[in-house]
Amino acid sequence: MSSVAILIPIALLMGLAGLGAFFWALKRGQFDDLDGAANRILIDDDMDERP
Amino acid sequence: MTSTAHAEPSHDAEVTTVLVVPAMHCAGCMGKVERAMAAVPGVSTARVNLTARQVSVAHAPALKLPVLIEALAATGFASQPLSDDIAQPTSAVKPLLAPLAVAGFAAMNVMLLSVSVWSGAAGPTRIVFHWLSALIAVPAIAYAGRVFFTSAWAALKHARTNMDVPISIGVLLATGLSLYETVTLGAETYFDGTLMLLLFLLSGRALDASMRDRARAGVDALLRQAATGATIVGKDGAIQWLAARELVPGMVMRVAAGERLAADGDIIVGASRFDRSLLTGESAAIPAQTGDHVLAGTLNLAASVDVKVAAAGADTSLAEIARLMADAGQHRSAYVRIADRASRLYAPVVHTLAALSFAGWMLTGAGLHQSLVIAIAVLIITCPCALGLAVPVAQVVACGALMRMGVMVKDGSALERMAAVTRIVIDKTGTLTVGRPLPDPAVLDALPADAASVALALASHSRHPLSRALVEALAARGVLAASLTDVSEEAGEGVRATWNGVRIALRRPENASGMACVLDIAGRPTWLIPFADRLRPDAADALSRLEAMRAEASILSGDNEAAVAEAVRATGLSAIAAATPASKQSVIAALQAQGHKVMMAGDGLNDGPALAAADASIAPGTASDVGRQAADFVFLGASLLALPRALAMARATRRVVRQNFVLAIGYNLLAVPLAISGHVTPLIAAAAMSLSSLVVIGNSLRLALPMRAMAPGGGQ
Repeated sequence: MSSVAILIPIALLMGLAGLGAFFWALKRGQFDDLDGAANRILIDDDMDERP
Repeated sequence: MTSTAHAEPSHDAEVTTVLVVPAMHCAGCMGKVERAMAAVPGVSTARVNLTARQVSVAHAPALKLPVLIEALAATGFASQPLSDDIAQPTSAVKPLLAPLAVAGFAAMNVMLLSVSVWSGAAGPTRIVFHWLSALIAVPAIAYAGRVFFTSAWAALKHARTNMDVPISIGVLLATGLSLYETVTLGAETYFDGTLMLLLFLLSGRALDASMRDRARAGVDALLRQAATGATIVGKDGAIQWLAARELVPGMVMRVAAGERLAADGDIIVGASRFDRSLLTGESAAIPAQTGDHVLAGTLNLAASVDVKVAAAGADTSLAEIARLMADAGQHRSAYVRIADRASRLYAPVVHTLAALSFAGWMLTGAGLHQSLVIAIAVLIITCPCALGLAVPVAQVVACGALMRMGVMVKDGSALERMAAVTRIVIDKTGTLTVGRPLPDPAVLDALPADAASVALALASHSRHPLSRALVEALAARGVLAASLTDVSEEAGEGVRATWNGVRIALRRPENASGMACVLDIAGRPTWLIPFADRLRPDAADALSRLEAMRAEASILSGDNEAAVAEAVRATGLSAIAAATPASKQSVIAALQAQGHKVMMAGDGLNDGPALAAADASIAPGTASDVGRQAADFVFLGASLLALPRALAMARATRRVVRQNFVLAIGYNLLAVPLAISGHVTPLIAAAAMSLSSLVVIGNSLRLALPMRAMAPGGGQ
């Protein structure tokens, strides 16, 4: 019983943390441009440094 | 990130400018645009939004807009400032993401607590778990359920009902009952089932919305097609650039080659050729000279001309087409979607059942509490969980399958409307045909190798549409260009040059019916290369498949009688020629009046009103922006097989949606007697709900199997 009393608050807190992270990302505009995010990884940032 | 409204001191406050860059489509473009913007002195950050085809640039207030546009133009990207009068497309999915996340979080945690209650937790543990569930569930339901509550309230206020009314009533009653049970330390709560219901329904909504979002990329393409302004020559010779809305009849515009006209008018100085394909669907350039009338939206191909404005802005023929389209689109928005039609029948039945079981148990003397619990159990078990998924899941799967076949679907209601189609009207130029003149392949086959390489070399020196088509066709055959000297092009006549000391020319024929060009090599017989706009590949196959699906097709073209007659001979369809945008629309209306559900397939601006008026419409990817905007479906690639594919898939989707309804209602038929007899526990409710949803999703996934949709006569 005592283990449950510890585990349940931990589980809830972790879930809430995930939910909070999602809301934070939503508010920061992370989901505004899904196509762009998918393509952005292909941009060469170090274009000038190449020989 | 984009907020610039901080209370910063005004002297170093940055301003954000948003530019629309329609040509961006990949990572390379994003990189180029961002680097080009960042390189402009005064710019601090530039961030591309690829979904919206926009770049927002934060810069010093001193930096002016033309500098930014110039910098982008230097890298090859045309751009324009985001105008205030064009409303930003609002995303339909975004407002649903937060409720979906909350419902998901709450449903998982409450289910975890419920499982231990079901497996026998009793006494203080059960009480604590019920209270915990209530603490999580009540705020979560209040937040995630808002979508349904507001919609249901709006419907009820207008004395109507929709799918959200039974959902809201069920959710609110179940929450209230569970809360009561928690406070009175009762045995059973329905928090888990209620949250799961919200989660499933919100997923259905989000799927439906994401489909609509994907399609809404190009906003207000029609207005962007018109030149946004013109160079005006004053009476005293002063030259000035004016925006399109400031043009007034009587002004003189100077239109350079390659510019689009901003207003209708008459040529007063000069002569040129004009590409009217945007307006009429004809790909051949129209010559016009002093005194001729030219239309807004046409492209000046050859030489600079002065045009006296006859009509501007809302009076142009382009604006007229936009108006016709806006009127035509209204009747389509009156279409009632399948899910809403189903709910009109569903809600009264369910509420009557719940009321009857309440009354029945009261009469048998069961007491208020027990009767109420049973009535609410009926409502929960009949809550349209699988019903809410029945339509969107099937449509999303079908859209995905169609997309893999190269057909883009704008929204789910388009699939529903397409499924009912009994009559098909096809535009000729650009839809039934490829839309541009192609050289006769038989003549090209017969051409000797050296003559072919000379023809390619000559054609590559000209921007004439026939030359470009010849270059494309010869290059595709692997011909290499010969090296020429003394090349000269004479507008309207042809290209001349010298090849190994021999005088050669690719010129206009002296006398030939239809389009053709002549390859002239001194000392050899001349070659006549005829050009014609050809039917799309697979056109015959596509038309016969449509016929097999009992959808009669006919041609409706703005082109002249002779050109249409040729298409009629090739396809065997009936046809109407020389149709104006308005008469195309009235042909559609006449067919609809006969009781037909009409599909319009077209590409040009002139098809816009007809595309908007038809019950469903499809346009090729090569269509004008207006065509693509007005159509429900857009197909990529050259094959006309997209038409039967879209129709077959729409009918298959309708079949699967109907099966889903039968499955969802069938589950209710099994579960409702259990609920009425008072045997439903929260465990049974939760299990039945997820099981029926899974069955519906599984059935919908069958649409992804390619063979089903393409089976001969698929979806009768």
